[in-house]
Amino acid sequence: MAAPTIEPEAESGTAPAPGSTRGGLGDKLSRLLYARPKLRLTALLTLPLAWLGVLYIGSLILLFITAFWTTDTFTSKVIPAFTLENFIEILTVQAYQLTALRTIGIALAVTVLCAVLALPLGFYMAKVASPRMRAVLAIGITLPLWAGYLVKVFSWRITFMSGGPLDWLLAPLGMTGPGYGTTALVITLAYLWFPYMAVPVYSAFRQIPDNLFDASSDLGAKAWSTVRTVAIPLLKPAFIAGSIFTFSLSLGDYIAAQFVGGKTQVIGTVIASNINLNPPLAAAFGTVPIVVVVLYLFLARKSGALKQL
Amino acid sequence: MKITKALPLAALASLSLVLAGCGGSAPASSAGGIEVPDIPAATEVGESEGEVNIIAWAGFVEDGSTNPDADWVSEFEAETQCKVNRKVGATSDEMVQLMRTGEYDLVSASGDASLRLIAGGDVAPINTDLIPNFGHIVDGLKGQIYDTLNGKSYGVPIGRGANVLMYNTEAVPEAPDSWAATWDPSSEYAGKIMAYDSPIFIADAAVYLMATQPDLGITNPYALDQDQLAAAVELLKSQNKIAGEYWNDALKAVSSISSGTASLGTGWQVIVNIAQADGGKVESVLPKEGATGWSDTWMLSSKSKNPNCAYQWMDWASSAEVNAKISQNFGMAPANALACEGSKENEEHCATYHATDEAYYKQVWMWTTPVEQCVDGRTDVTCTNYQEWTKAWTEVKG
Repeated sequence: MAAPTIEPEAESGTAPAPGSTRGGLGDKLSRLLYARPKLRLTALLTLPLAWLGVLYIGSLILLFITAFWTTDTFTSKVIPAFTLENFIEILTVQAYQLTALRTIGIALAVTVLCAVLALPLGFYMAKVASPRMRAVLAIGITLPLWAGYLVKVFSWRITFMSGGPLDWLLAPLGMTGPGYGTTALVITLAYLWFPYMAVPVYSAFRQIPDNLFDASSDLGAKAWSTVRTVAIPLLKPAFIAGSIFTFSLSLGDYIAAQFVGGKTQVIGTVIASNINLNPPLAAAFGTVPIVVVVLYLFLARKSGALKQL
Repeated sequence: MKITKALPLAALASLSLVLAGCGGSAPASSAGGIEVPDIPAATEVGESEGEVNIIAWAGFVEDGSTNPDADWVSEFEAETQCKVNRKVGATSDEMVQLMRTGEYDLVSASGDASLRLIAGGDVAPINTDLIPNFGHIVDGLKGQIYDTLNGKSYGVPIGRGANVLMYNTEAVPEAPDSWAATWDPSSEYAGKIMAYDSPIFIADAAVYLMATQPDLGITNPYALDQDQLAAAVELLKSQNKIAGEYWNDALKAVSSISSGTASLGTGWQVIVNIAQADGGKVESVLPKEGATGWSDTWMLSSKSKNPNCAYQWMDWASSAEVNAKISQNFGMAPANALACEGSKENEEHCATYHATDEAYYKQVWMWTTPVEQCVDGRTDVTCTNYQEWTKAWTEVKG
């Protein structure tokens, strides 16, 4: 900051070189910004805050306002008005309640599945594996993020196909795959969001000093008690950070549900089927996952885990 | 005094004249209850504006970029100096929404979208005199309720197709002749039945009820009163228990039916053709109860900035040659009767899709937007509208 402030001054003192007006302007600006820290901060944050406030939060507010509007039943044109009808409908019609509960259940199942898989993997990568193996596994976890979402979902669709790879794999055991449905959906979503859980858990594991495990076993704790009383409490923030991703992403997904969910209806599919026909109802239903995620974040904050993030 | 008395009478008289005029020329007078904004039709096709913006189903407007063999846009552009900007619409509802923006000149609307567009004032009537090729449209597609209101034509037909019963011949060795296997709760194919994922599928249940439960008095599957809708929902809910999957993406349906994940269910002829081309053991029939179907028409935006290019496109796309290309590329029966002649390929295509077989299409109920004014002509009840159908469909899927 200091160097450019001095240089033009020295220049303007000797000769009015071409381009000195530009230097002079920059000079003035620098001095102004230097003298007023508040202005500096405003200039720095205006763009990102406008982005967050106007586009990000603003669109959510618009969504919320739309939820109180109504549509022409015939032409399905949106009519600005004030009615609570949409909210009453999603709260009273059983199909909407069931869909909301089912979606939350699926999101929880995905989160638990991801956490259960991330724990041993994180332990192995952080404490047991050679550096080389660790690198291979880290790439293995993050590599699927490079592939297109639809490609991944479609490959799971093929996997669960009747007579498909999974059926073929399970045939020697006398079993068949689950077919398209809720189970297939949970597995697919867990696959899609697993990196978001595995990476924080792995890095949290790396930060636990080895001697804590030695101390635990010196004090007579068996393997499972060590995991339960030493590892998991220390990993809790990582699990909660990961679960925020796995939970909220599962809550909002609907394409996987269409491809591998069979006839499973989730919040996203209901919104998608109403978005063109009855936008206010879709908006009202769209507030459900927002409320659930806010509630979830509130609980996470209450547990104190967010402080350590 | 005399004048004041006479005035309402004169008004009444002129109104009844207008009504009579409408009833006389409109093939479906039952839809006369729908209020339509008065928008004038074009009287001549002027100079090209240089471009035309079209919303279309995939495969309707092709310039060779998807498949080098499918190109009927380049020639049109060279001949008319109208650059074609295409936007592919995924669903009827999306198309309606896009047309409302006023940024598009034309849309390839299906019957479940067209009434909404007409009543919403989003599309303008079409002067069919300006479309010389309109004369060759097959009779079964002229003046249908979903594109003609009060004697005014709002659409230029592109083609049509039926929602047939597809079956995997390995799972279902004997050709079924009835929808019963897809509706019966004790169906031997329970868990292997696929159904179409849209509120309009309620009409399929209604078609089956028309044949199996005549007591309900359904005469048109798109005109259901509260009780009839409840019966259809009941049937759909029992089907939900035996259904394996709902599809709304044609390629998804292809993978299900050819892999045997689904044994049988509602499908389109084009799905059967794609599956067969890939070696899938898939066949289709039009069951004895009849079926639902769809018919697409070009519709002109009432806010169109390029009406001249739009008219030229509608005529171009309705010519025998181009109409044959579109319908063969998409997999449907062409609207232009001449598209079935001229080559062996054209004849075979039309035979597969029953293009000129009116007896076949008599059994097919073309998608129509369900509205409160019953389209079957009943006036003593209020019918259920599409929004109620959408709500009901959510309940069916639970």
